[in-house]
Amino acid sequence: MASTFTRLLSGRNTAVLLAGLGAGTLASGYMLSDSAAISAEEKRKLYPPSADFPDLRKHNNCMASALTPAVYARLRDKLTPNNWSLDQCIQTGVDNPGHPFIKTVGMVAGDEESYEVFAEIFNPVIKDRHNGYDPLTMKHPTDLDASKITSGMFDENYVLSSRVRTGRSIRGLSLPPACSRAERREVERVVVQALSGLKNDLSGRYYSLTEMTEQEQQQLIDDHFLFDKPVSPLLTCAGMARDWPDARGIWHNNEKTFLIWINEEDHTRVISMEKGGNMKRVFERFCRGLKEVERLIQEKGWEFMWNEHLGYVLTCPSNLGTGLRAGVHVRLPLLSKDPRFSKILDNLRLQKRGTGGVDTAAVGDTFDISNLDRLGKSEVELVQLVVDGVNYLIDCEKKLEKGQDIKVPAPIQQFRK
Amino acid sequence: MPFGNTHNLLKMNYSAEQEYPDLTKHNNHMAKVLTPEMYAALRDKQTPSGFTLDDVIQTGVDNPGHPFIMTVGCVAGDEETYDVFKDLLDPVIEDRHGGYKPTDKHKTDLNPENLQVYPHSTLKPTLFITGGDDLDPNYVLSSRVRTGRSIRGFCLPPHCSRGERRAIENLSIESLNVLDGEFKGKYYALKNMTEEEQQQLIDDHFLFDKPVSPLLLASGMARDWPDARGIWHNDDKTFLVWVNEEDHLRVISMQKGGNMREVFTRFCTGLTKIEALFKERGHEFMWNEHLGYVLTCPSNLGTGLRGGVHVKLPNVSKHEKFGEILKRLRLQKRGTGGVDTAAVGGVFDISNADRLGFSEVELVQMVVDGVKLLIEMEKRLEAGESIDDLMPDQK
Repeated sequence: MASTFTRLLSGRNTAVLLAGLGAGTLASGYMLSDSAAISAEEKRKLYPPSADFPDLRKHNNCMASALTPAVYARLRDKLTPNNWSLDQCIQTGVDNPGHPFIKTVGMVAGDEESYEVFAEIFNPVIKDRHNGYDPLTMKHPTDLDASKITSGMFDENYVLSSRVRTGRSIRGLSLPPACSRAERREVERVVVQALSGLKNDLSGRYYSLTEMTEQEQQQLIDDHFLFDKPVSPLLTCAGMARDWPDARGIWHNNEKTFLIWINEEDHTRVISMEKGGNMKRVFERFCRGLKEVERLIQEKGWEFMWNEHLGYVLTCPSNLGTGLRAGVHVRLPLLSKDPRFSKILDNLRLQKRGTGGVDTAAVGDTFDISNLDRLGKSEVELVQLVVDGVNYLIDCEKKLEKGQDIKVPAPIQQFRK
Repeated sequence: MPFGNTHNLLKMNYSAEQEYPDLTKHNNHMAKVLTPEMYAALRDKQTPSGFTLDDVIQTGVDNPGHPFIMTVGCVAGDEETYDVFKDLLDPVIEDRHGGYKPTDKHKTDLNPENLQVYPHSTLKPTLFITGGDDLDPNYVLSSRVRTGRSIRGFCLPPHCSRGERRAIENLSIESLNVLDGEFKGKYYALKNMTEEEQQQLIDDHFLFDKPVSPLLLASGMARDWPDARGIWHNDDKTFLVWVNEEDHLRVISMQKGGNMREVFTRFCTGLTKIEALFKERGHEFMWNEHLGYVLTCPSNLGTGLRGGVHVKLPNVSKHEKFGEILKRLRLQKRGTGGVDTAAVGGVFDISNADRLGFSEVELVQMVVDGVKLLIEMEKRLEAGESIDDLMPDQK
């Protein structure tokens, strides 16, 4: 052992490394022994958190803004009850430094408990992303009573289609970044079984990605229903695309107005949509369908992940609360060229996307306009906000058509006091 | 999960059948070997650092493969992977490496003096004359030998933490900076390099990019990019080391022209020096007498050596027996962009197909002998003559 130690000490770097760590003879012995096999536990001791802290100097995402070496040191060795770690939560943010203009979130949850065990980092990220919403002190309102919506019918000369989407997670099963194949298949089984209980205008069929025929695939593409294996590195680095296309699928009702994605970015994504401008009916079906699915899974002893601070719990912190994006495809040829367009959208708490969805550009003068916020306002509030906002935009468009001037509206208040 | 072992126990709540991957549409070595029974027997195991069966096979599950090209479909997360999961990896290795058995021993020979002369050359053939220095430069544009090395005691790229990866980088920089003479050089960290340095490395064909192949991404090797990744090369630009790309180290010797002996000599000398420098610092390379040098992908075990040339073969490459000739010579062709690229202008990258079961000297000798024969065939076809009498036997 003495000779081993001497050899070691002559290797300056090793000696410095070990001395710095205060590692004893036992650890140093591992370096030169025949079986250099070090257990995961011992590795954690050999490498203090400072050795593992990610280099975030070129990063611009919510995680990088919030993660300090001190927070990392406190959280690195913690695990959720499903054995999910901080490094696994933040991997996507480390791998994707972000964009100078668009601030991505940079972390995901592996299970419901992630938001709790790693609250020290999730809470500032949530606050950053959701306009100051503080999970420690604030409560999130859930309201799925569609009858409260007023003026929910748009001028169909402008609005081509209306859509509301959200996500739901099945409590007790790990989320897409973390789930094993069996868990993912269990999500599929639970949800498909519940959906088979839907009746009347909601009754429909499931198409598993692994089993669908060529014709079914083409039909789903033509209907704009089919989702592909994720290519965005934001998603793939989080591990959501593992084992593709195992246990992934699409369910839709016969009328093609109510659609559920299974095991894509979340356990489920629930979508209600139709051509034209009847947002109230779209939202009514949305709420009815959601409640019915919830009832059906509860019959079998399951429930959705939800709590009063975070609302519905989903994989990405950006989708907490309602997880709701309500929007329209709307033609705004004149307004979209007005320099005040962005400001108007901002103040109305709306965002524009291309008609291909997020990360796409607008084609012609048709825009996807939807709510910016997800957390801190209820579903009814957000849909009403979209209804009022889009009506305002159409009004502006009509004014511009007549050569009249338009006004930038006052900014909408962020949170209920 | 590639870098967190801890999840494995949770899966034990589900039966092996519920967890077994759907491999019905798959065509890779892992999918051919991994039966439900094998999965059941191995799934509760993990290496001391926590690498699990699902970690080994994730890349093979995510990448069903190609009907023509058989990928491996599994990776190692540490040296012990090859032992803990030998029931899976031994048959994969046997399948991939031409029947190499779990009991076979691999020979390492890094003595360039053992490179022989080609029997049909103008030099008098004797058994131990050093050869390989005279590949026709009218045809051979460049010569190159590469291999990989892993540092014992550290996890491999699919599994290592940031701290480990940085420790590997530091060790490598320290050792490489000691090199002198023809090996004196400099390290360029990927995250620190200037625009000019980056452009120079691209022009020299030295720079490696963040992997884009889903085969690599799915195994977790690209995590934390470009942290602790870099390129070291000597001032002469003939000896190059990649740090923390697909393996801990990839060592490359290359130069224009056909003097493969010089390339291989530099390769062996450089490797031997680097190994000694690491040993001085208390570290050795992963090696055992059964698998040779241990690397991340089972396809690179043994020598991890790919020795090759960029060679002009516009005529012989169009010959109907080209594929068969290469097969018999135990060579493979690639485009000049490397693996997964097509040949441009009749110029091919020709290299050894084997890695394990032959020594380094034997493999480079095969390349030298094979390329000489191909050039002879090319000359015959240029002159409009037949090459039937030159057809080699299966090596």
